[in-house]
Amino acid sequence: MTAATEARRARTLFEKVWDAHVVRAETPETPAVLYVDLHLMHEVTSPQAFSMLRERGLQVRRRDRTLATTDHSTPTLPRLPDGRWPFFDAQNAAQVAQIERNARDFGVELHGLGDPQQGVVHVFGPEMGATQPGMTVVCGDSHTATHGAFGALAFGIGTSEVGHVLATQCLLQRKPRSLAIRVDGALQPGVTAKDLILAIIAQIGVGGGTGHVMEFTGPAVRALTMEGRMTLCNMAIEGGARAGMIAPDDTTFQWLAGKPRVPKGAAFDAAVARWRALPTDAGATYDREVTVDVSRLEPMVTFGTNPAQGIPVTGRIPEPGAEKDPAARATLESALRYMALTPGEPILGQRVDVVFVGSCTNGRLEDLREAAKVMRGRKVKTRTLVVAGSHAVKQAAEAEGLDRIFREAGAEWREPGCSMCLAMNGDMLEPGQYCVSTSNRNFEGRQGPGGRTLLASPATAAAAAVSGAVADPRRLVEG
Amino acid sequence: MEPIRTIESRTVVIPRENIDTDQIIPGRFLKVTDKQGLGKALFSDWRYDADGKPRPEFVLNRPEAQGCTVLVAGDNFGCGSSREHAPWALVDAGIRAVVSTRVADIFRNNALKNGLVPVVLDPASHAKLLAAPGAKVRIDISSQTVTLPDGTTASFPLDGFAKYCLLNGVDELGFLLSQEEAIAAFESKV
Repeated sequence: MTAATEARRARTLFEKVWDAHVVRAETPETPAVLYVDLHLMHEVTSPQAFSMLRERGLQVRRRDRTLATTDHSTPTLPRLPDGRWPFFDAQNAAQVAQIERNARDFGVELHGLGDPQQGVVHVFGPEMGATQPGMTVVCGDSHTATHGAFGALAFGIGTSEVGHVLATQCLLQRKPRSLAIRVDGALQPGVTAKDLILAIIAQIGVGGGTGHVMEFTGPAVRALTMEGRMTLCNMAIEGGARAGMIAPDDTTFQWLAGKPRVPKGAAFDAAVARWRALPTDAGATYDREVTVDVSRLEPMVTFGTNPAQGIPVTGRIPEPGAEKDPAARATLESALRYMALTPGEPILGQRVDVVFVGSCTNGRLEDLREAAKVMRGRKVKTRTLVVAGSHAVKQAAEAEGLDRIFREAGAEWREPGCSMCLAMNGDMLEPGQYCVSTSNRNFEGRQGPGGRTLLASPATAAAAAVSGAVADPRRLVEG
Repeated sequence: MEPIRTIESRTVVIPRENIDTDQIIPGRFLKVTDKQGLGKALFSDWRYDADGKPRPEFVLNRPEAQGCTVLVAGDNFGCGSSREHAPWALVDAGIRAVVSTRVADIFRNNALKNGLVPVVLDPASHAKLLAAPGAKVRIDISSQTVTLPDGTTASFPLDGFAKYCLLNGVDELGFLLSQEEAIAAFESKV
């Protein structure tokens, strides 16, 4: 295809970003060689990739396109008076030490423990202004989908691929199919981006987006803040799609202006002019389209062991007997057995032992504000961890006194990190405990062996904390 | 990687849908900085009780599962995280192929880089395997077919390049490194 026909053909946002990064087009014999603009890294999925570079005598090809932090294995308790970090165990400490060594040896920019910019990689990247519209962004982490909120093509990769990108700045990729998720209507007060994505996944299923890149479109998406858009794209992977994308607009550009790595002055204006050409052209088509109407959407909460097993907070636990497909029935039965929940019962009032507010899904300032609105002037009845997504979020929250609200309510105000989202750093549930969590996965044992996770928004999590049970946040907040 | 042409084995069947990577290897086993020995942690929370004792009823702990290299699972295998520790654990435990009706995208990519073959079958062929745990199967990479217990064969999709890599025991990095000129030319344009 010539450049002229390429320019005339109506294309989706995804196709535009894809086309602009093809180093070598795909053929039946070989996948496309796709260029990576930004490679984010953390301590869990990178050590073996650096070992591979050492074994093969390779260097990091583009240090300027590589940016690392530490988040999964890091403690969320403050540094000890003697200057040491209170790691949960020696393996956590060794993993963090390893990325520090690798960053030093290979000249990679690392914002690790003690750095004022350290944070959960998908909170940190956008805050640095490293994530920009039209980019390709990868990271050895499935929630890299988050960065699609800026109109980037962003997806998780494995450690072998981390090595490929370190060595060549490229990946071998077959072009995925496209799936438009059009969101009509307007979200009601007390209903958030988290509720929206849980509803979408409940509709399409955990494998519904497999093989596709999702683009979220429609008025309800346009009305979301950048924080809300990041929450939405973050969980595209929970619907099976490696990437979720949202077309950049003024909301995006205003959020980006002034961020450290974003161009300034005339260069910013020029960048915005380029970014304005990214949204899907009129007449462009997707391989699949799904429409969701959110006018009557309620706060959502999951009852099962995959993120598609969600219901409105006022709903009842589904009856496996009503499920006709035997495999789906078995899946539901097994989930309810693990969760020890009774079919037909309302989810409201279900006992909650622990509440976790944080993660790459819901660990940003807006999320903490939503939780604080509910906790203000109340006392928590559960163990409650509030973990800012980054030091920047933590400082901003403290500047507006959110930390005081959480502390006065009896919640633990922790240092930034992934924490109880995946329980690698010692922040974990006891077997059998129920946790309302603002994170992204309710898989068996995700938050600790035997732990039971109910995914929800920050407001719903805070409502559970002050109630000691699953509660409707709309009854606890004025207007 | 060793070249792989065929895989012949009795099957181990875990008939669950949506087996996520947290089940394949729970997060607390990801603190390593190498990839050796992860097979011990494979399906850890299903295989062992809270005291670390093997649960005799779990299929991988049964005597007949020993030596099996083909795992048959329900729909949407490997969903969830991008952890390559999942295929590392499967391969370390001796598994060479995973059969399902759908395999999650990132898991499939990771599996292929480790000589673990993701075999996606049509629901009818898959149902035959689910119904016959321990059946002998033969997976042929070159023809992209599985010989089922009833003697019929079913075909499965496999990307041409991934197939080339499996059959020849080569990895993708060599190919990417050979693209240096094109990559440099691309970089000079942007």
